[in-house]
Amino acid sequence: METIIKAIVFLPLIGFLTAGLFGRSIGAKASEYVTTGLMILVAVFSWIIFFHVALGETELLRVHVLRWIQTGGFDTEWSFRVDTLTAVMFVVVNTVSCLVHLYSIGYMHHDPHRPRFFAYLSLFTFAMLMLVTSDNLLQMFFGWEGVGLASYLLIGFWYQKPSASAAAMKAFIVNRVGDFGFILGIFGIFVLFGSVSFETIFAAAKTYLPAEGASASVEPVITLFGMHLDRAHAVTGICLLLFLGAMGKSAQFLLHTWLPDAMEGPTPVSALIHAATMVTAGVFLVARMSPLFELSTDARTVVVLVGAITAFFAATVGLVQNDIKRVIAYSTCSQLGYMFVALGIGAYGAAVFHLFTHAFFKALLFLCAGSVIHAVDGEQDMRHMGGLRKHIPITYWMMFIGTIALTGVGIPGTMIGTAGFFSKDVIIESAYASHNALSGFAFTLLVVAACFTSFYSWRLAFMTFHGKPRASHEVMHHVHESPMVMLVPLFILAVGALLAGALFEGHFFGHEYAEFWQGALFTLPENELLEEFHHVPALVKWSPFIAMALGLFTAWYMYIHSPETPKALARQHRGLYEFLLNKWYFDELYDRIFVRPAKWIGTFLWKEGDGRVIDGFGPNGVAARVLDVTDRVVRLQTGYLYHYAFVMLIGVAALVTWMMLGSSL
Amino acid sequence: MTVEALYASLGLSLPELILAIGALALLMVGVFLGEKATGLVNWLAIGVIALAGIVLLSMNGSGVAYGGAFLADPFARFMKLVALLGSAIALFMTTGQAKLYNMNRFEYPVLILLATLGMMLMISANDMMSLYMALELQSLAAYVVAAMNRDDVRSTEAGLKYFVLGALSSGMLLYGMSLVYGFTGQTGFPEIAAFLSSGGRSLGVIFGLVFILAGVAFKISAVPFHMWTPDVYQGAPTPVTTFLASAPKVAAIAMIVRVVIIAFQPITTDWQQVIVFISIASMLLGSFAAIGQKNIKRLMAYSSIGHMGYALVGLAAGSLQGVQGVILYMVIYMVMTLGSFACILAMRRPDGEHVENVSDLAGLSQTNPFMAVVLTALMFSLAGIPPLAGFFAKYFVFLAAIQAHLYALAIIGVLASVVGAYYYLRVVKLMWFDDAKGSFARPEASLRLVYSLSGLFLIGYLLIGGPLGAAAEAAARTFF
Repeated sequence: METIIKAIVFLPLIGFLTAGLFGRSIGAKASEYVTTGLMILVAVFSWIIFFHVALGETELLRVHVLRWIQTGGFDTEWSFRVDTLTAVMFVVVNTVSCLVHLYSIGYMHHDPHRPRFFAYLSLFTFAMLMLVTSDNLLQMFFGWEGVGLASYLLIGFWYQKPSASAAAMKAFIVNRVGDFGFILGIFGIFVLFGSVSFETIFAAAKTYLPAEGASASVEPVITLFGMHLDRAHAVTGICLLLFLGAMGKSAQFLLHTWLPDAMEGPTPVSALIHAATMVTAGVFLVARMSPLFELSTDARTVVVLVGAITAFFAATVGLVQNDIKRVIAYSTCSQLGYMFVALGIGAYGAAVFHLFTHAFFKALLFLCAGSVIHAVDGEQDMRHMGGLRKHIPITYWMMFIGTIALTGVGIPGTMIGTAGFFSKDVIIESAYASHNALSGFAFTLLVVAACFTSFYSWRLAFMTFHGKPRASHEVMHHVHESPMVMLVPLFILAVGALLAGALFEGHFFGHEYAEFWQGALFTLPENELLEEFHHVPALVKWSPFIAMALGLFTAWYMYIHSPETPKALARQHRGLYEFLLNKWYFDELYDRIFVRPAKWIGTFLWKEGDGRVIDGFGPNGVAARVLDVTDRVVRLQTGYLYHYAFVMLIGVAALVTWMMLGSSL
Repeated sequence: MTVEALYASLGLSLPELILAIGALALLMVGVFLGEKATGLVNWLAIGVIALAGIVLLSMNGSGVAYGGAFLADPFARFMKLVALLGSAIALFMTTGQAKLYNMNRFEYPVLILLATLGMMLMISANDMMSLYMALELQSLAAYVVAAMNRDDVRSTEAGLKYFVLGALSSGMLLYGMSLVYGFTGQTGFPEIAAFLSSGGRSLGVIFGLVFILAGVAFKISAVPFHMWTPDVYQGAPTPVTTFLASAPKVAAIAMIVRVVIIAFQPITTDWQQVIVFISIASMLLGSFAAIGQKNIKRLMAYSSIGHMGYALVGLAAGSLQGVQGVILYMVIYMVMTLGSFACILAMRRPDGEHVENVSDLAGLSQTNPFMAVVLTALMFSLAGIPPLAGFFAKYFVFLAAIQAHLYALAIIGVLASVVGAYYYLRVVKLMWFDDAKGSFARPEASLRLVYSLSGLFLIGYLLIGGPLGAAAEAAARTFF
């Protein structure tokens, strides 16, 4: 098993190094085959580990690799921790990554820089695996930064496009904000627990909070800016800092602005990084740190709040977007909000379950979108599509499966339904059942968001595949179904999108919860959500279905029955439409509040501070003064004899005067 | 003076006698053989200097001659050897150059011999009177050689300026000597010291001291008595400049060392102030003014002003380490100067035209890579970059200053050398990074030999620095 785990983590690294260092010499074809072949191997290994750890008896596998940092009281090493949570992530990451590698062989067919592209994909996979297998927070941070780097490189893959470079920088900088919180959280954990190893932290966390009324409960453990935090508050603070990291990586409300722009990258990248895997790293982080989050109700309330707002906000923006990839990007953002609501109410299993199913259907949707874009020659605006169903039927049906999975089609109370039906309904029901202060609020927003999700998903499908073609004749003439190498990944993901929910609901958040997770997720004894969510009113159980049907009907009415309605609506509610189309004006707001002042300060420090003061008075100033002095000295050398004699006499006179005054005679 | 004393005196001054007789004999040779004998006289002059050097090497006794006017000691012997070497190499470099510079006259080597004799006597002077006589002998010969190319306006102007200002400085020197004599009643160095140490310090003596130092500072072109240097260096024919910049500086520094360390030893704190002042002024002016120069001989003039300032840093310390530093500095300075001027003499276009602008060196690394490497080593060494000899020269004098608690002097010196590095590095930059404007003719064998040896010395200093340092220390021990 140890060898398999090491192979899973390091084979992508080998793929990256091969394609990255020798890509030019071995050629694009060989780079593609090497990286994809290795990823297929890794995906097979991942399922083996999944069956062994998650579905088998093994509770936890730990693999020691190398010593890393040992200094003073700080001791950390490179080692892998594989429990059910990691095994689930293995399956998600490697399956999707493997399929995306395969898909990219077809999708990137015309790109001259394929070795670089595949190298980056493999680098990303390696970093993501480092993140999910980490045994301590520092190693996790390494993976965390690694995926950030890979994301940056892939968003800016077409670096010749200014918009792609800008989007890459935006993603990197916004993530920096979150990462800052994350690393402060790591520092805080080291202060409280004296270690960054999960083993130590989790063991200590169980008994960390002193009993009610004990003397230790008010003793401050962290003093910061005049605040004296006792143990409970310190834990809350740390959880919030960690959550800040998660918000950045998972594009939660306020730190979400980079995700839609990240669509500048090639579509397979969006499917892998910005839908299925990297953006779920935040969910993974909170789930992994569940022993800490369980200790702080306040922190979890914040998580619920942010998650619910994100789910709602992103769904509203998704309603009116015209770029096919941006719609799906906002959808991703929204679905991540669902996951965080689940985390916040303590339904960690439900969150990871949704992460698991979402990976399949969202990757499917993105790859279908890629297939559409491939078919219509790079066009991404849905207003220039339409009527593609007959031309690319396979893509259409795959997109259809993705859509019913995302919108959660299924019959409540039975085991008939798509993946999204199970995972999303579980979250909505749990939100209603939970005892969190914001449960009502979260429930309402999630149901509304479900309705919106249904609307924009069907809107996307209808605008793209139904109605009359709006593209030029030339484009329509060339529309073609994608090659098999691109369609096979779609088939596999479609199977997952249809069946993953029905097959695994019991394991992730049902009767086999305890045997499945085997302690990988921690919940307090008083957390009985697992039971309670079954006993919600029937209306609550049916609410997602009703929302879904409502969204479907509205979309059908507006885009199939009477296609003039959307324009009329947009005209009637100009302000609201603009507000949504411009993404609640977040980019403009941030530009005013952060970007422009930062640039102004930067320019000021550069031009005035560095240029004028430091350079001016420093190197350049000194050099200029030297030249001034030189000029004067050289001018003294007139060539006239009497000047020379005068200087000599003045010199003697000065020396004599000096000695006369200075000597004690 | 008894006959025995006379014999002893003649014995102690045998090298000087060889030079004096040699100079007069060669003058006769020249007069009888005419202009065409120049080459022969030149080589014979080198032979005379070599003979004097060999005799000097074989002598090891020390003693006073001619009634206390002349002193032979290890310090004098060491400095004389260095000065003889400098003169000989300067003459050696002239062998192939005299015709090119329109100074193909047999008087030139004879005058160099007389100047060298003057330098020897300066180094050995133990009395104000003999010091003045020696200084004048050296100076008068130097005035004439500066104007050697008498058809050239700038050469004659250089000679005239040098002479007038030299006369002024001689006047100051004499005035200072008369003051010292008036207030101490002595002319001999040990006697002056004896008088001063028995409480004879007075304002008059200090006045005299200042004037004497002003007179000798003129010889080493220390600020503010340096004004003649750039004009004379530029105006005089390059072989003459080579000579003026090398051996006479060594002799003049040796003379200053002897005057202040022996005669004015009891009033060290007084002369220290003067030396510190002219040292700082020289270092700063040398560094700053050189930046503005386009002519490489003028550049070397300011460079030598600066280097005299650094050498005086060691003297200001007034300690054994300080004097040792000064001696080493002068040896290394002379090697660097001779090497640099060998390169400057080699700056001749294939059509025979001599060029003197710094910018003419552009692209030397492409046209003459070997000379470029040597000149780069020379420039780095002049700038004081380790591990070249120039670094150690500066290192020892600054170390001595620090040990003597002259922190301000050392710090200003280091800062000045930072400024000074600029113009040396500019030459390097020109040679290696700029495009060549034209090539140079293949340098004469004598020049190639000189700059090669000089470069070898600078680069290999780490290997020979030990014995050389020991020899310098032995020489410096004469005083302590």
